[in-house]
Amino acid sequence: MSSREALHDAPGHSRLKAALVPRDRIAIAKIFIAAACLAPFAIVIAKIAGLASFGPHPVQEILHGMGKTGLNLLLITLAITPARKLTKQNWLIRLRRMLGLFAFFYLVLHLLAYAALDLRLDFATLGTDIVERPYITVGMLAIVLLIPLAVTSTRGWQRRLGRNWTRLHRLVYVCAVLGVIHFWWQVKADIREPLLYALMLAALLGYRAADAWRRRRRRSAVAAAASAAR
Amino acid sequence: MARTDNRIKPSEITPEEVFLNRRQIVQSAVALGLLPGLASQSFAAALPAEGDRLAGVSRWPGSLDEEPNSFEDVSTFNNFYEFGTRKEDPSRHAHRMKTDPWSVEVTGECDKGGKYTLEDILKPHSLEERVYRFRCVEAWSMVVPWVGFPLGDLLKRFEPSSRAKYVQFFTLADPKQMPGLHYPVLKWPYREGLRIDEAMHPLTLLTVGMYGRVLPNQNGAPLRLIVPWKYGFKSIKSIVRIHFTEQQPETSWNMAAPHEYGFYSNVNPNVDHPRWSQATERRIGGEGLAALLAPRQPTLMFNGYADEVASLYTGLDLVKNY
Repeated sequence: MSSREALHDAPGHSRLKAALVPRDRIAIAKIFIAAACLAPFAIVIAKIAGLASFGPHPVQEILHGMGKTGLNLLLITLAITPARKLTKQNWLIRLRRMLGLFAFFYLVLHLLAYAALDLRLDFATLGTDIVERPYITVGMLAIVLLIPLAVTSTRGWQRRLGRNWTRLHRLVYVCAVLGVIHFWWQVKADIREPLLYALMLAALLGYRAADAWRRRRRRSAVAAAASAAR
Repeated sequence: MARTDNRIKPSEITPEEVFLNRRQIVQSAVALGLLPGLASQSFAAALPAEGDRLAGVSRWPGSLDEEPNSFEDVSTFNNFYEFGTRKEDPSRHAHRMKTDPWSVEVTGECDKGGKYTLEDILKPHSLEERVYRFRCVEAWSMVVPWVGFPLGDLLKRFEPSSRAKYVQFFTLADPKQMPGLHYPVLKWPYREGLRIDEAMHPLTLLTVGMYGRVLPNQNGAPLRLIVPWKYGFKSIKSIVRIHFTEQQPETSWNMAAPHEYGFYSNVNPNVDHPRWSQATERRIGGEGLAALLAPRQPTLMFNGYADEVASLYTGLDLVKNY
């Protein structure tokens, strides 16, 4: 333990700690995370500008790269709550909105790369794809469902929606499941990578289910104790 | 047979010096430590050693009149699952495959079966350079100057019997040389098959080289098929066995997903893969914004070889026999 931490952990400094250290920590963490989140986009821009080279299939490279980055960030966003609860580092929650919005940013780029670069805005084919190709259907649905979440991610909307905000934002679980299905259904034969994503998502959602069950049991135990005391 | 309208213009062939210079540039970069070790390893696999230029190669008059892809595109964007399922895996790992000595076992319905060394196989044949479009079932394509000779000329030497209705081919399957074999993503060894008339068709090329050189390992050295009117996975790589048979043989992709990959797998813009359209294709390669904005191209019936091969399928329902 460093002397600084020792100082802040000493009794009587708890208010100082709450007021200052987490804010520093959050600001620094946000800067690093934003830089890391922007890197894949910056690399694509550099390649378009000719500062670096694409591989042999540039359209697919962007399409898959943006989609994978978006899905990665979506899972990282979903990992915030378990990480916060398991480590008791409550300030982590303050990073979640930014991560979620970056996930949305990359998934929109993924959709744009598909519609504009791959299909070259051929809306007839886009329509056929959405209707006839289930992996496109679920992928498209996932991104569409993310739109209201991105729009209502601000503090203002959070206040306005109250408890409904939490309910609405549970849609992210549906989006993540659809995203993993989309990934799984488009691989040709080697399912190892989508399987890994499915397992990670199952762990993240499983944690929440177990946590909710534990809390409900605790609540009913408290209620039972209260009624017994009465 | 010859596609007189499709002659290749000399101006469209990348001059040899460009490739040699590129290699020198890469080698000096590696020597100076400008490129990391991994890159030097993959380039060593991509560019065959000196002395591998094929001699006495004649130009085939039917070559496609289109700009070939770069050697780098063709040798670093491969489906060769024995070395891994990502496109870049084969160029990274295929140097582990030993192609010398190499032999091919010939079995089944023929009089001259047995084990043939690569030298035995190649000796009587003269090599031709043929520029074909290679159309992958994944809806991308590339244009490649292959070097080889008609497969039929070889098969005739084995004197197939009248019961030889089909020919099956097998790829090498040695886990020591091929790390991808540890995972059963496909039925190993990789196998493919053709009807005997398809195999004997003069467009079906037994291929030993590309861009005037011996094939890089990741492109199927030392001996592979190129069946230009079929999806790429029919063009089996690194062949170690040829089997003549009366029954339609098993093929690896068909065994893995029978509703997606049929025995015929002829390039057909009118029959979609269940998960994507086959009406158009994307030519790989290119740089920067131009590559991103390049349009998709319409896919041609039998990959543009309808005049030559459509008669093989008279009366066959190509929707059912995808």
